[in-house]
Amino acid sequence: MTRSTERIDAEPTERTPTAVSQPRLGIIGWGRWAWRQLTSMRTALFLLLLLALAAVPGSLFPQRTADPNGVVQYFKENPGLAPILDKFQVFDAYTSFWFSSIYLLLFLSLIGCVLPRTVHHLRAIRTAPPRTPARLSRMPGFIALDLNDDGKATGSAVTAPDAIAAARSLLRRRGYRVAVFEGAQTKDSTELSVSAERGYLREAGNLVFHIALLGILITVGIGGGFGYNGNRVVVEGQTMINTLAAYDSFNPGRFFTDAELSPYSIRLDKLAVTYETQNKDARGLPTDYTATVTARTQDSRNGYKTTIKVNEPLNIGGTNVYLLGNGYAPHITVRDPRGHVVFSDFVPFLPQDSNLTSLGVVKVPDGLQQQIGMMGFFYPTKAVAQNGAFYSSYPDVKAPMLTLNVYSGDLGLNGGVPRSVYTLDTSRLKQLTGVSTGVKSIELAPGYSQQLPDGLGSVSLDGVSRFASFQVNHDPAQGWVLLFTVCAFGGLLTSLFVPRRRLWVKAIGQASGPLRLEYAGLARGDDPQLETVVETLAQNHIEALRNRDPGASDGRHPEEDTRRTT
Amino acid sequence: MTDTLSQLSLLLIIGAIAIYAAAFVTFALDLARRRSPSVTVISAVARHAEAETPTSTTRLANAIGNTGVLVRQSTTSADAHEERPQTSGVLRAAFVLTLVGFGLHLGADVLRGIAAGRVPWANMWEFSMTGTLIIVGVFLLVTLKYDLRFLGTFVIGLVLLLLGIASARYYVPVAPLPPALQSYWLVIHVIVAIIATGFFALGFALSGVQLLKARRERQETDARPPQFAFLRTLPKWAALENLAYRMNIVGFILWTFTLIAGAIWAEKAWGRYWGWDTKEVWTFIIWVLYAGYIHARATRGWRGSRSAWLALIGFSAVMFNFGIVNVFFKGLHSYSGL
Ligand code: HEM
Repeated sequence: MTRSTERIDAEPTERTPTAVSQPRLGIIGWGRWAWRQLTSMRTALFLLLLLALAAVPGSLFPQRTADPNGVVQYFKENPGLAPILDKFQVFDAYTSFWFSSIYLLLFLSLIGCVLPRTVHHLRAIRTAPPRTPARLSRMPGFIALDLNDDGKATGSAVTAPDAIAAARSLLRRRGYRVAVFEGAQTKDSTELSVSAERGYLREAGNLVFHIALLGILITVGIGGGFGYNGNRVVVEGQTMINTLAAYDSFNPGRFFTDAELSPYSIRLDKLAVTYETQNKDARGLPTDYTATVTARTQDSRNGYKTTIKVNEPLNIGGTNVYLLGNGYAPHITVRDPRGHVVFSDFVPFLPQDSNLTSLGVVKVPDGLQQQIGMMGFFYPTKAVAQNGAFYSSYPDVKAPMLTLNVYSGDLGLNGGVPRSVYTLDTSRLKQLTGVSTGVKSIELAPGYSQQLPDGLGSVSLDGVSRFASFQVNHDPAQGWVLLFTVCAFGGLLTSLFVPRRRLWVKAIGQASGPLRLEYAGLARGDDPQLETVVETLAQNHIEALRNRDPGASDGRHPEEDTRRTT
Repeated sequence: MTDTLSQLSLLLIIGAIAIYAAAFVTFALDLARRRSPSVTVISAVARHAEAETPTSTTRLANAIGNTGVLVRQSTTSADAHEERPQTSGVLRAAFVLTLVGFGLHLGADVLRGIAAGRVPWANMWEFSMTGTLIIVGVFLLVTLKYDLRFLGTFVIGLVLLLLGIASARYYVPVAPLPPALQSYWLVIHVIVAIIATGFFALGFALSGVQLLKARRERQETDARPPQFAFLRTLPKWAALENLAYRMNIVGFILWTFTLIAGAIWAEKAWGRYWGWDTKEVWTFIIWVLYAGYIHARATRGWRGSRSAWLALIGFSAVMFNFGIVNVFFKGLHSYSGL
């Protein structure tokens, strides 16, 4: 109720005494009052602006979902402030209680607003346009003229019913809903008018838009609840299987069950990367990544070859597989002093810069006298800075080099605490090589091996492959989200650009004197064309009257659907 | 080849900046001249031109012919200028300068595109160049329908400011597209965002002038000394507000499309259609702000100056999103090329 009177183009209605003037409210009264406040246009506006404001902090502070390392970093840099901010869920801003409450209130308000409007609109569609205002001269685009056609041209003088019949058919032909009304009748004047309305689609579009927003919210929620996404690093030649255990990281929705993981596997045959070589301003910029893979599903057990590229995910088993990252995985072998292999594998190194200087960790828990860990850098194209430090000068493998610092002691693998394969906890390790120890770090080119310090054994770099970092995504409601989005967009277009307006033509027949014709309109919502439309209507109406063919005024007598005004 | 073309593009853009600067001064001169009442007299040329094109009123009168007598026709108070806008030679000169500047600007943009072998909107420099081009383009386009030349000072001023900042801070040589940007969504998503920005810019200028004008009208009704004499010749605030609204809703529709297209692209490129990445957040904030503006305009007590302030805030957010978020905020959209 509040809504319709608060809208700027609302029809003035007599308001029933509001709650304010009632002495006692009671619980129901208060509830009704609260609901009316919540669903008022002003509240909707306030909540919208609040939503915009509440979205800001999440862009200023790192978010756990998008940038977990940033959060860790923030905690390190602001040890005093971070925990307080964390209490207010600043690092999970978009799932925080304050953000959620704003949008939930907004959508509650939306429901409270759209439901009555829908009912109102459905009723409006079925009822005839409201009666012509008594004084059209107050309305926009008002035109009045006296018709002094004496009937010489057409054989009979134009009467009020003639004029109204012509106006009625003119308006109907233009898609207006019309109703004819009889106005004040006196001895020497009769008043007839046609009231026309068009643009019901405008309000319909508006309702579709708002309802579709609700649809988007709900389907996004469902998708998040039942979907999952996971990441997996795959080295060339390796296969990933779509099982929970195969993922490096996995984010299930609240209602996820294992059964949703459809069985398939993907082998990364090759990851081809092209770099810019011609443009001297952009040398070494990657211009293409193509992962060639062999995919196997239950339907195609022998597998089929296909490719995954950035912007071109692979659709398989109800999931999408994206190529999100890449890097190098040196193949490293560690032998004990007698030459027995104790470790041999591809170790993905994480890129640190655009020339793919990469950081990695090797952990050898068994087979040597002590547990050892090695941490170091891989440079695809080694270069030496003036201070003697290595760096990579080009992202492709031109002059590869691996450096490793060796640590021995307790790797902390037996504590039951999950450890990332990309980090080395050095708190219980002793550094054996590197600057502080006086022992030179291990430096290896492919095909070479070197002794570990303290006679622990040897380490060799056998070769280098690329790895791809894949993300697997499953969102069962995505199609629905898209559908509602399209509805919202369509509704928005209709609601902003379909003009909704009323037009009136009034004919006042005077016993003595000319026939007075009046035209006016009223826009409901923004309507830049209104005045022009009224003028054109007047113009066409007069032309129609002048060229009229008596008796051919669409076959119906205007009295048929005339309503008497009181 | 690439080098020559991109250098030529740079030369053209410098030329465009020079011409825009001249246009800006001329537009400002026109506003200043509007103070003196002597030039508000309609020039003979303009009056002549008016007689040539039948207005709707004369058309209506013709239709009535000798059949009837027009008793009354209300003219919209909202659309009428307070005083007839003069078509001064200065204003025309400013407009011609803008057209010339636009020509050079367009040339610069196209050459940059050819040099890069792709659409010229893939890094901050190119966003700035194409963005300002579109702002001027939208201004010229809308002027075909509504005479908004009085906004020239504001629009060209804004464009000069942006181009100045861009050439000082954002210039980067041509570089190939990184794989993440190799998508037709780059073409669609970004250009629609830029066009939306063009409409928002006009809406911003109109809302700004509207606020000034509303203040002046209040000063006049309160019989206080009115400020900014040039405002006298501009449309009434209600007419300005209608125009601003029209610009802003076109911008809003395009922005909505940008948001949707961005989500579809994000789904293709990053595996999720929405992830509250900083750029996504700001696109959303802008969208909500303009939705707020539309609501405000439909709410009793908010139409007029209050909703105009929201339009100003909305456009500030657009500029913030472009100039600050792109460059200084960390996120997946790190394509500024800086
Ligand atoms: C989820 C938050 C909302 C968003 C994003 C939103 C957005 C919009 C947009 C973009 C429009 C203009 C397009 C159109 O007319 O269809 C609009 C119009 C409108 N909205 Fe909302 N809206 C929201 C919530 C609400 C709520 C809660 C109410 C009721 C209290 C409401 C009432 C209206 C009305 C009455 C209009 C028509 C304005 C006019 O006639 O110009 N909206 N809304």
